Amino acid sequence: MFTTSAENQQRAERMRLKVGLAEMLKGGVIMDVCSVEQAEIAEAAGACAVMALERVPAQIRAEGGVARMANPRLIKSIMAAVSIPVMAKARIGHFAEAEVLASLGVDFIDESEVLTPADEVHHIDKHGFEIPFVCGARDLGEALRRINEGAAMIRTKGEAGTGDVVHAVKHMRQIMAEIRNLAGMREDELYVAARDHRVPFSLLQQVAAQGRLPVPNFSAGGIATPADAALMRSLGAEAVFVGSGIFMSDGRTFAPREEAEQRARAIVRACTHFDQPEVVAACCEECDGAMKGLAVSSLEDRELFQGRGW
Amino acid sequence: MSVRRIGVLALQGAFDAHRRVLTGLGVEAPLVRSTRDLEGLDAIVLPGGESTTMQRFLARDGLFEALGEFVAARPALGTCAGLILLAREVEPHQPSLGALDVTVARNAYGRQRDSKVLRSETRLPGGPLEMVFIRAPRITRLGAGVEVLARRGDDPVLVRQGHAIGCAFHPELGNDDRVHRLLIEACAHV
Repeated sequence: MFTTSAENQQRAERMRLKVGLAEMLKGGVIMDVCSVEQAEIAEAAGACAVMALERVPAQIRAEGGVARMANPRLIKSIMAAVSIPVMAKARIGHFAEAEVLASLGVDFIDESEVLTPADEVHHIDKHGFEIPFVCGARDLGEALRRINEGAAMIRTKGEAGTGDVVHAVKHMRQIMAEIRNLAGMREDELYVAARDHRVPFSLLQQVAAQGRLPVPNFSAGGIATPADAALMRSLGAEAVFVGSGIFMSDGRTFAPREEAEQRARAIVRACTHFDQPEVVAACCEECDGAMKGLAVSSLEDRELFQGRGW
Repeated sequence: MSVRRIGVLALQGAFDAHRRVLTGLGVEAPLVRSTRDLEGLDAIVLPGGESTTMQRFLARDGLFEALGEFVAARPALGTCAGLILLAREVEPHQPSLGALDVTVARNAYGRQRDSKVLRSETRLPGGPLEMVFIRAPRITRLGAGVEVLARRGDDPVLVRQGHAIGCAFHPELGNDDRVHRLLIEACAHV
């Protein structure tokens, strides 16, 4: 079906509002929260947004079972409690969960591999929604496929719920290196690159010309300390998501409140002053503990969340 | 004339988009994250973002006081959360710099689904201005001596007092650089 230029203009305008909110979150920390109390701790510590969910990734990993969208009651109570933007997760391909979240008026929807996928073939058609979406990616092709479907923000997948930053690093390096490679290509080579990345040529051409993704590029999946946040920002992440790293001691135990507050404040500060090691050092010093964590290299392939989505 | 240096407060928020517009206008636009970054600037942009996040940083290392002195003496453009920072009063209360005698209510136009792009005539020459509103704050009181340059319905959304300019929408997200030009012009009058 062909779209009219008025429809195209409307879609472009809507996309601008979506990417606009993502621009507002740059330089900040988006924190996973499972209760009103945690949301208030996150806001007081300086989080630029919260992700409302029933279980953080470390708990999902430890407890197993099917992970789904959070109960709307929980999401609404968090939206009522804080003034910063509230995000929530829908399962990959589960557009009915996304429609529920949109009807609640959440500010951003994360079509997330941390939840159990609902569709093995299709991602959600995100252009159809007024609410912006963020999606995970491991490489440039995956990022651009999600953007092509309407994602207004990309985050590296890393490996959520581990407290091990190694794959957040791997995925950010991969995306940034692939963007740099495009800059040196001739146009005839770009056609081949578009085929190899399985993305539209026009989108790849735009990335090659601008030297960056057309939407903000954030990082997630294993960031647990102020130094981790600084590392990801230095590698090109424009903001970071911290999931289990603030409120968990391990997959089954919450950190004491005071410790969670220290970690939250310290990671926020390190994220902004990532290029000043003496400030990051002071942030590290402020933290009494860190999540115990789980080395990604000790996990079997089937235990990885990052392979969900394509 | 030497090249203007207009700093962009980069604690958190849309600093990147502002820097792109300013450099496109031939201005140097260094990022400001600490008091020493204010040295040698002709003006400053306080971008949108989360004002509660910015407050955490302003409360440390004398940054709030240094910014207050800076905006009292030199031109400043505050957009969205930056408008909240420039205001005299904020609802619900939070500390602000007071360079603009207005009261601003946070998130008064609703959540992201209420965000919109509007076009209308303003006091700026050059035809209708495109205004991108994202979880925008609302100016609820205007002090004497505050000039209104644009409105959304009856609400003022672009205001000026002396060399302080406040904007409830996001000129950095549009394709129209007239609001940023106002700031550059203000540098000539200090």
